[in-house]
Amino acid sequence: MSSDLLNSTYVRWMEPGPESDIVISSRVRLARNLQTVPFPHLLDDKTGQACWQQITQAWQKSSLKDQLELLSFNNLTALDRQILMEKHLISPNHAEANKFYQGLLVDKEGQLAIMINEEDHLRIQCLLPGLQMEECYKRAQMVDDELESNLSFAFDEQRGYLTACPTNVGTGMRASVMLHLPAIVTTGQLNAVVHYIGQLGLTVRGIYGEGSEGMGNFFQVSNQITLGQTEEDIIANLTAVTRQIIQQERTLRENLKNQMHIQLEDRVCRAYGILTNARMITSNEALGHLSEVRLGVNMGIIDGIQPYALNELVVAIRPAHLQKRAGREMDPLSRDIHRAEVIKEKLTSRKAKPGSSPAAGTSEEK
Amino acid sequence: MFCDECKQKPATVHFTQFFNGTKMETHLCDTCAAKKGALFMNGQFSIPNLLGSFLGHTFGILQQTAASPNNLTCSHCGVTFNDITHTGKLGCAECYREFDQALEPTLRRIHGNSQHVGKVPSRGGEKVLIKKKIERLKAQLQEAVTAERYEQAAEIRDSIKELEKQLE
Repeated sequence: MSSDLLNSTYVRWMEPGPESDIVISSRVRLARNLQTVPFPHLLDDKTGQACWQQITQAWQKSSLKDQLELLSFNNLTALDRQILMEKHLISPNHAEANKFYQGLLVDKEGQLAIMINEEDHLRIQCLLPGLQMEECYKRAQMVDDELESNLSFAFDEQRGYLTACPTNVGTGMRASVMLHLPAIVTTGQLNAVVHYIGQLGLTVRGIYGEGSEGMGNFFQVSNQITLGQTEEDIIANLTAVTRQIIQQERTLRENLKNQMHIQLEDRVCRAYGILTNARMITSNEALGHLSEVRLGVNMGIIDGIQPYALNELVVAIRPAHLQKRAGREMDPLSRDIHRAEVIKEKLTSRKAKPGSSPAAGTSEEK
Repeated sequence: MFCDECKQKPATVHFTQFFNGTKMETHLCDTCAAKKGALFMNGQFSIPNLLGSFLGHTFGILQQTAASPNNLTCSHCGVTFNDITHTGKLGCAECYREFDQALEPTLRRIHGNSQHVGKVPSRGGEKVLIKKKIERLKAQLQEAVTAERYEQAAEIRDSIKELEKQLE
């Protein structure tokens, strides 16, 4: 079943969800470590093997046995690991991991994933479409409880769950939402929003973490603090702040529509024109135009394009997905050419057949 | 302006460096800048380094007040506090106990707090769960006494004693 995640573009979070005109996805990630085993960066082949066995046995004894599939990273190519990273199923750091005791437990649609021996022994992750923080939290906790019945996690009464990096200690929980904020960016309010977010113990990063700030007007907002707050407080705080940002973005979109209707339509239609006519395009440029088209679709300026197709394209135009699709390694220039083809095909075929189901979309992808 | 490296594409990345007071400017296109990126950025802005400096700073404060913790070694995994300031990572769960005092100010600086209040695992956290229960019962006991419900208070007191026995 993992072959689906590796060979097609589809992941569950691409589907429509609550508030998904602005919130692409919600994620909760729990860091857990085994009590007596050194943290992953100190593992060698022998201790790594023992650690891998403890974890995989606990999984096999749990009710998650049939739900998740095990991938060991020494059986995956660098390209496959990058595919998982581009889908947000593993971190950029984990994509570089290739030890036999490093890997991933993941369900068919990429909603639940457990990174094994990344920075911590276990990183339990639940990733859902739209704004669904509480559901993510509930599911991640369930996996945590399930594994805990067979594993002794490192825990200290005062410090909470112990993690390799002291920035995660306590709840070990990182909750985040992926937001699309074109109107806030266009009206120059981003700095004010980022400042406000920072004051509430939250932090803002780009779509692929550090260094991807502002790409395609996508922003990841997550909790900064893991010690001294309960999980429920963290979830409630992030949800409340997200709702306020949504409100702000909607108001500004409305203003743009009322006061600068033609300019807005012009921007959206030009972006669509470039995406459907370019012969070559870099991923940065493509993300920028996809952001405009996404805004246009959500504001009713363009119809016939499924929001799902746009989420899918954000991933499909990344280097590993392009190369997987082409079945060969490509230099940046050939990638730019191939990227333009993929975008054109997705956007125009969807325009011709509105309402085609997401499932049909993934089978087109070979 | 064209790129200093390939001299073909327009320069979009501009660096200014100072060597012993001499100013040196470099103009690169994005492709060459990405290639050179390793040279300019390598290891300068990574999170472990930032965190290392956090921890290193802690060490600076401690140096004045206590014996140098730099040579402290975790008896379980062999990692020294010096290693931790360099990598930004602890070696194992025991490190948290071994370097408890040295870590306290760092945790406060990162989280504004150093006491966990969230989830407690039912395995390995049994004692914590019992303690929490006792705390809750003590509050109830206080309430019962204030409201002069002495019979109930006696019952609560007995349950507390029972739980305290389990902790020993």
